Amino acid sequence: VADLRLPPTLTPLFAGLPRRVEVDAATVAEAIAGLEAKWPGVSDRLCEPGPVLRQHIHVYVDRRRAALETPLEPSSRVDVIAAISGG
Amino acid sequence: VRDLESGGEDVSRTLLLVGTRKGCFVLESDADRRDWSVRGPYCESWPVYHAVHDAGSGAIYAAAASEWHGSAVWRSADLGETWALSSEGLGYGEDDPRKVSKVSSLGVAGERVLVGAEAPGVFESRDGGETWSLLTTLAGQPGSEAWDDPSNQPPGHLGISGITTDAADPSRFWAIVQGVGLFETGDGGETWTPRNRGLRADWPREHEEVGFCVHRLARSPADGERMYQQNHVGVHRSDDGGRSWFEITDGLPSEFGFAAAAHPHDPDIFYVIPLDPGHARCMPDGRAAVWRTRNGGESWERLDRGLPQHDAHLGVLRAAMTTDAHDVPGLYFGTSTGQLFASVDEGESWSELAAYLPPVWSVEVAVVE
Repeated sequence: VADLRLPPTLTPLFAGLPRRVEVDAATVAEAIAGLEAKWPGVSDRLCEPGPVLRQHIHVYVDRRRAALETPLEPSSRVDVIAAISGG
Repeated sequence: VRDLESGGEDVSRTLLLVGTRKGCFVLESDADRRDWSVRGPYCESWPVYHAVHDAGSGAIYAAAASEWHGSAVWRSADLGETWALSSEGLGYGEDDPRKVSKVSSLGVAGERVLVGAEAPGVFESRDGGETWSLLTTLAGQPGSEAWDDPSNQPPGHLGISGITTDAADPSRFWAIVQGVGLFETGDGGETWTPRNRGLRADWPREHEEVGFCVHRLARSPADGERMYQQNHVGVHRSDDGGRSWFEITDGLPSEFGFAAAAHPHDPDIFYVIPLDPGHARCMPDGRAAVWRTRNGGESWERLDRGLPQHDAHLGVLRAAMTTDAHDVPGLYFGTSTGQLFASVDEGESWSELAAYLPPVWSVEVAVVE
């Protein structure tokens, strides 16, 4: 299973959503769909119509920048980053 | 609200709903409105463009857009203590090139909650904000082909920047398309009519009926035919529910401004905050003032007692001034540098309720038991 790490801006929006989640998924899109099944609405916070990742949501699979279709290995680490700076 | 058991004392609570760049705040006082407490930030400190109270259900709604997590409407059933958000249905669909980059203007029309979006569209909720559906994009109105073109959608432009509802008729409301003009529907959003006749525009326009820059519409609660607006160029008045307009700018220090508020009981009293129209968009000369007319715009008076009169370069945005409905109404405005000012004597004198809020984008008031 992949080790999914979520940004601190996301978890307060969904009761019980932890910062680290283990998901059984073959792609980033499947991993997000897995979250959506358990925490409805999560997908809309990470993706916009297309679907594509929201502009300032960056996903890294095993430390490489990824897209929704990026494949996951069974032991992949997936970092989801809220990725703009500013005050 | 009069509590007869306590000798007729007014026991109502006055709440200010303040939308800021860092969340929604709630300020609370009693009917005297002298001492205020501040609660917040709510909505996880998302940028909140507008927050309103639905007197019918008692709910608060807050239109918000996170740079990370997109647009949503937050709702609270307990006057701000707890919140939930939803964006279900807040979109134009997978195959539509238009995107909802922001939801920024709320209105309550009977059982429906309305929210205006950018790109321009009005979404409605009939279940208290749990789900949303597209009500209208004002398709076919003059100018819509231009505002529906995604290449004309720079961030921060061309949304529905204001919705004004009619307490007496939930099927009637007005929507402002930013940089295009004011539109009215009388059938719940199915058909629309431009309401810009008589307005001024100092730029070329392609259509006779649109191309106007309406910043803020204020409809008199005492006379629904009486409307005022702060426009990019001038302050204007209508005596026929927006069907025709004439200018009442003479006597003001600037024709430019954003915020506007109508007196709740007297249709001839109206407030604006003139701003420097250049890059500053602040109150002129570093001296803070609200301007009032008591005769429908024939003359204006400067109200500044209690407001800072030097080095006060304050801006006030379109939704950031409002009145309450008390017998002697209160007037409130928030600044883009985070100050919140109030007057409880119709503007004669002012006090600062908060000095260090985030940039204020909207101020609305609720009087509850």
